[in-house]
Amino acid sequence: MNDSQRIVITGIGLTAPNGNNLSEFRSALLENKSGVRHAEIRYMGTQAAGLCEFDEFKYQSKKLRRRGTRAGSISIYCANEALADSGINWEGVDKTRVGVYLGITEHGNVETENEIFEMHQNNLDWKLWSPHHNPRTVANSPAGEVTLNMGITGPHYTLGSACAGGNVGLIQGLQQLILGEVDLAFAGGISESPQTFGIFAAFAAQGALAHHADPTLASRPMDKKRNGIVISEGGAIYTLERLSDAKARNAKIYGEIVGYAINSDASDFVNPNSTRQVECMHKAIKRAGLEIRDIDIVNMHATGTGAGDISESQAVREAFAVSDKTYVNFTKGHIGHAMGAAGALELAGNLPSFDDNTVHPGMNVTELDPDCAIRNLVYEKPVKLNEVKYILNNSFGMLGINSAVIVKKYIG
Amino acid sequence: MTAQEVRQIVIDIISDIAPDEDTSGLDDAKSLREQMDLDSMDFLDIVMELRKRHKVEVPQEDYPQLASLNSCVAYLLPKLS
Repeated sequence: MNDSQRIVITGIGLTAPNGNNLSEFRSALLENKSGVRHAEIRYMGTQAAGLCEFDEFKYQSKKLRRRGTRAGSISIYCANEALADSGINWEGVDKTRVGVYLGITEHGNVETENEIFEMHQNNLDWKLWSPHHNPRTVANSPAGEVTLNMGITGPHYTLGSACAGGNVGLIQGLQQLILGEVDLAFAGGISESPQTFGIFAAFAAQGALAHHADPTLASRPMDKKRNGIVISEGGAIYTLERLSDAKARNAKIYGEIVGYAINSDASDFVNPNSTRQVECMHKAIKRAGLEIRDIDIVNMHATGTGAGDISESQAVREAFAVSDKTYVNFTKGHIGHAMGAAGALELAGNLPSFDDNTVHPGMNVTELDPDCAIRNLVYEKPVKLNEVKYILNNSFGMLGINSAVIVKKYIG
Repeated sequence: MTAQEVRQIVIDIISDIAPDEDTSGLDDAKSLREQMDLDSMDFLDIVMELRKRHKVEVPQEDYPQLASLNSCVAYLLPKLS
């Protein structure tokens, strides 16, 4: 394939509950360091949550932070970190040819809840409703804040795709590069979800909100005693470029996105569908022109819900039945469910495997649920392989959206 | 309430809305926008905070009264006293 049709990752900026750059995040994953803690959630009291501790003012003024949103703040941090990591200094870059594509699970809940809360604190005085509410809650807001901050004048928008958002943002960035719409894409996903009580309350109402006296043990996908999701914030934004452009500027290349797929269950609002999940993974592998045995690592979506983990385990067992060389891990035991950020963030956590050939473990599996048993499931301890060449990253979401992204080790 | 106290109320609100700005050396006679990086949305925030914190309503036609610290004090003093 022509280098102008091959899309590579040249920079990564991220914030996770257990790390504010790829190096910190990767170390935390290898060392089973949790980023989940107890937080006070409006009306509900103490809940386990994954909160990030990056410096909000590293790239943004206090005034504009106040005017914008937490989602925007996370996006601005991640985009600037990605830019710095990529080595691009804007010199010679046509900013009309730069795009920002961010996956989100939801947007606007935080600000709307805050406004309603303030109104109730002030005798229902609706005139206190902020003039900033509209720009804060339009669905393109986090991506738009990035363009305002960085002076980018190409396209920007978000991809509303539930918890598949991180993968979907990357796929959109890749497609726009292949189409020739832009020359540089900031793509990935972000989440501010722990700032809204409604998401906690809704998962609680579904019987799917994780709880544990020790918050670091609350998120336990695949474990027999798992009891739901830990809601987390975070972000991961990549700089994506055509291989030809990356080579021309002698860029560091993390890997090449060689396959992807998005499909729909068309079966239920919240319950997953393992048949469609298998189809999604196989579609991505086919698009990449690979055999199933070529995949070295599969990162599961594995959120820690009873039904979700069983369904995906069944799907991974089936999808990789013919491969005894594929290893499987998951990330939410460490960081909880970073919602729209999860796909891009979790993929980033596995990318260093191309260099160290190590599969990071899933965390908090004290007793593996027999229904979640998968050949070569990596948990509690890292596993060293001879070589890691292909990583497949799953990210699924409500309303039955499934996504898979495959990244290939880049060998220059 | 004294004129000095009204002035401080306005300064406190501006400090919250535009925390990057230095409010210590402001010329009370000069337009606030000439001295600080404030835009129209910031003035809407000032109006909102006056309503929330001090129950003062500033109708849209009176917004020009908030141009300088002196005009703010002159306009708000009777409302806050």
